[in-house]
Amino acid sequence: MLAIDLQKLTKRYGAVTAVNDLTLQVTPGEIVAFLGPNGAGKTTTIDMMLGLAKPNAGTVQIYGKTPAESIARGEIAAVMQTGGLLKDFTVAETVEYTASLYPHARPAHEVLDRAGIRGIGHRLVGKCSGGEQQRLRFAMALLSDPRLLILDEPTTGMDVEGRREFWQAIRQDATRGRTILFATHYLDEADAYADRIVLIREGAIVADGTTAEIKNLASGRRVRATLEAPDLSALGGLDGVIAVEQRGDSVLINCSNSDVVARYLLTCTTARDVEISSQNLEAAFVALTSKDSALSTAGHSR
Amino acid sequence: MTPELAIASDRGATPLGGFNLTALRLEITRMLRNRRTLFFILVFPSAFFFIFGLSYKGARDAGDVPLAYIMISMAVYGAMVGNTSGGATVALERNLGWSRQLRLTPLHPLAYVSMKVLTSMALGLIAICGTFAVGAATGVHMGPSIWLMAGLSAWVCSFVFAAFGLFVGVLFPAENVMQFVGPLLAIMAIFGGVFIPLSQLPKGLQAFAKFTPMYGVGLLARAPLVGGATMWAVGSVVLWTLLFGIGAMILFKRDTARV
Repeated sequence: MLAIDLQKLTKRYGAVTAVNDLTLQVTPGEIVAFLGPNGAGKTTTIDMMLGLAKPNAGTVQIYGKTPAESIARGEIAAVMQTGGLLKDFTVAETVEYTASLYPHARPAHEVLDRAGIRGIGHRLVGKCSGGEQQRLRFAMALLSDPRLLILDEPTTGMDVEGRREFWQAIRQDATRGRTILFATHYLDEADAYADRIVLIREGAIVADGTTAEIKNLASGRRVRATLEAPDLSALGGLDGVIAVEQRGDSVLINCSNSDVVARYLLTCTTARDVEISSQNLEAAFVALTSKDSALSTAGHSR
Repeated sequence: MTPELAIASDRGATPLGGFNLTALRLEITRMLRNRRTLFFILVFPSAFFFIFGLSYKGARDAGDVPLAYIMISMAVYGAMVGNTSGGATVALERNLGWSRQLRLTPLHPLAYVSMKVLTSMALGLIAICGTFAVGAATGVHMGPSIWLMAGLSAWVCSFVFAAFGLFVGVLFPAENVMQFVGPLLAIMAIFGGVFIPLSQLPKGLQAFAKFTPMYGVGLLARAPLVGGATMWAVGSVVLWTLLFGIGAMILFKRDTARV
């Protein structure tokens, strides 16, 4: 059974189409990054997964159920970008309150522990830093031991240390096999923590694949090798080669399939010091999500 | 990929839509943590009881009834503030996004509002008990059944202000809503005969008072002591409760359409 099954989702606000005929399937245990610029439709899509917004067209199924059923049974939980917390509750009281709403909640100390905030249970929420409040939301989301955890830009406004600690907590938890989908516009977060990246632009998916695939899709890789008298036309004829350039006794090849190029260099030539580097995800992101991107049609769905 | 070993897949639904005593206890504790609320439901009524009652020599000389009258009036005032404060938190929490957070849990909206109303009523009860305790300690004498009936009547009738709190909360969903509503409550309290007996108001105001929300509450709370309960008073409490309750519901619906 699929963890998330979105079929042809469309959501309009007046004349604006926030989500446009979006289809996405996530299998259990996947860690998926939902990456896109502001206003791409990430939060709207997440709101529909959580039943906070009703789609104009299309269907949402979470482990085969509607969002409302999944929420009622605690199978889905979320850490929202700006979910409200009550300032005059302590951290522990907030967790205790939320726990009391579930029939079989995990013990409060356990989720506080896993979110890394056990030491500040007695602190008033209003006195907690942004990072601590976000880890509190994470602790609350863990109470029902959800099968699917959704995080909407969970580290917005956190400092570097806060982000690092937050992701450490998520990462540790993910080893238990929870399905995780997180929205972010921090490319390095998507790169570092997701198995799979779904790139969204103007309410539609423009690319979907592993981090490596996404990078490759946008800008390809660069292969550099030390090689005297290279056969430039043979290199240029290899599958996926975009450009070949000779610089002194080095050769630089831009390509979409670095494996083919490297195999050729190492088996058919005397090339030494072969280096393969990829453009960072930032470049891929910009290329894929900019409005006039020619590459956007290269996006594929799994 | 790691198989889903540790995560339970067999789950039941939450009984009573999530209504439970732990959440209720935490809500009440949280409300009492607010110094302003605490001041207005405990300190203020007792202080006014001292000012109007004990230090008012005429009241002492006139026997037990005027002192008890003032005590009950002040208890009603405390209950009124407590209930309004509790009710007003609903809209505030909505504004803060806490309600949205709760929508990600199995908590049913009806269970949430019930817990809010009970929290408001608990604050009202604390106000009444506090003022009655101070009264008893400083020489108010009433028969046991009058203590009980007056307290109960004040408590039940002050429910109208839980609905009022819901209503003004949606109108002005701000953290300091009580700062604006406080003076409004004081004016309403005057028309309920809380600070001075209605009979001492000018005739025109006395007639007007009958149509205000506090009128029936004050009259019914003091009825066990001095009598005078009327159908008008009962109708006033019921009608104002319905009016505020329905008004709040309509405003909430309008808000939901926008969100």
